[in-house]
Amino acid sequence: MNPRSAEELLGQLYDNTLTGNGPVVLDLTNAGLAMGLDPETLLYQALIPALEEVGARFERGDFFVPEMLIAGKAMAGALEILRPLLAETGATTIGTIVMGTVKGDVHDIGKNLVNIMFEGAGFHVIDLGVQVAPEKFVDAVREHQADIVGFSAFLTTTMPMFKANINALAKSGLRDQVIVMVGGAPVTQEYADVVGADGYAADASAAVVKAKELLQRRRVGAHA
Amino acid sequence: MACGALAGHVRDIAARRGWPVAVRSLPALLHNRPQKITESAERAVVCALRSGRAVALAYADCGSYGGLDDLCARYRVRRLPGLHCYDVLAGPERVAAMFAAEPGTYVLTDFLLRSFGRAVLAELGLDTHPELWPDYFGHYRRLVWLAQQPTPALAEQAERVAAMFGLPLTRVEVGVSRLEQELARLVEGIL
Ligand code: B12
Repeated sequence: MNPRSAEELLGQLYDNTLTGNGPVVLDLTNAGLAMGLDPETLLYQALIPALEEVGARFERGDFFVPEMLIAGKAMAGALEILRPLLAETGATTIGTIVMGTVKGDVHDIGKNLVNIMFEGAGFHVIDLGVQVAPEKFVDAVREHQADIVGFSAFLTTTMPMFKANINALAKSGLRDQVIVMVGGAPVTQEYADVVGADGYAADASAAVVKAKELLQRRRVGAHA
Repeated sequence: MACGALAGHVRDIAARRGWPVAVRSLPALLHNRPQKITESAERAVVCALRSGRAVALAYADCGSYGGLDDLCARYRVRRLPGLHCYDVLAGPERVAAMFAAEPGTYVLTDFLLRSFGRAVLAELGLDTHPELWPDYFGHYRRLVWLAQQPTPALAEQAERVAAMFGLPLTRVEVGVSRLEQELARLVEGIL
């Protein structure tokens, strides 16, 4: 602690986010702001890279769920501090995303991490929680005029809800207005294609990249 | 080749029925990293086939999301039906009905009760980070113990686990008869 330079602070913020040291991450975030660093710097040069590294370590098998969870929570704490400041600095939201774990499923650790990364990347995230019924997704997409809706599922028995949700969107006339992304441990690109989703990503960082790409494509398409 | 969570029952049943089989078990903890189930099972299957033995897998899909089916197809071996051992023990319809009635159901088996500290608390980091409990289990509403061979000690352990959750516990006596039936089918296929 007690970093002497911005560089040292960012290094410490990265390390402590990686190891999920929540209280220290909060202190360092506040210290960084007091030092005059802007919220974007803290986000893009420490917090987000740290969470990306957490994802990579999970992928390699060096980290398991608890390490992911505490790192995600540490970053979420920092985001609480940064969120109002980012809004103040006029950092525009890239888009609005409605997220939820599908009906019948209460696994949400993966979804919550995806939410954190989306928020960090500048998306406005509306989290509907777990066990979200198709009608609830439809209502939220309509109410928030969402650009993207994300469905998360972890059980073989709940994956078919992707299709049910997409059908519900189609029935209410919203399917063409919203990008549908799907994910969760059992989901594959192949399965996403079969149910007619627009995008799939295997982890939180890839989800952000994919979402930006899909949004960009849609916006370019809309102007063409 | 049996999942560690079922191997004890499988050995008992095989001995009682006098099947001429050797039961090899793979660690039950692989469930937390299901892609490893397929990898480990493949190594074990290849090894057994090379030594000229016939093999069957006392595994359900177990979160391998088709990985074990793929392996079974490649090596022409068979596995137990169902998505997980809950399906094998209680029957898929009963399990589906349980989750339909209350999606926030956490299922326990004799094995999970016995190994709760190691397989659940330690694996999820709850022994060192008890503050993560609500993150893991905040959405659960009830516990269902699919009891195979309940003893007073297991019943006590079930009560202790339920107290940890602060949730109601339902005990459903499923025994091992469904498992035995399914194993008999597998064994018939290889003998
Ligand atoms: C942790 C865990 C739990 C925790 C969940 C806590 C919580 N609040 O979420 C607890 C212990 C409570 C639990 C309970 C159960 N679980 Co569970 N659980 C797991 C485990 C070990 C890890 C899942 C996880 O959190 N991974 C960590 C996160 C970070 O990774 P992730 O989930 O893959 O998420 C990433 C990506 O998928 C992606 N992503 C996720 N969502 C989305 C959404 C979008 C739109 C996008 C683009 C990307 C995306 O980004 C995420 C971040 O990088 C898995 C096994 C495994 N390794 O997958 C089993 C597993 C999923 N569980 C399983 C089972 C069976 C259950 C139970 C039924 C067990 C029981 N005893 O009752 C209950 C479920 C009850 C219910 N009604 O839902 C099975 C499912 C099997 C199947 N065929 O369906 C698995 C595969 C274990 C196994 N091998 O059998 N579980």
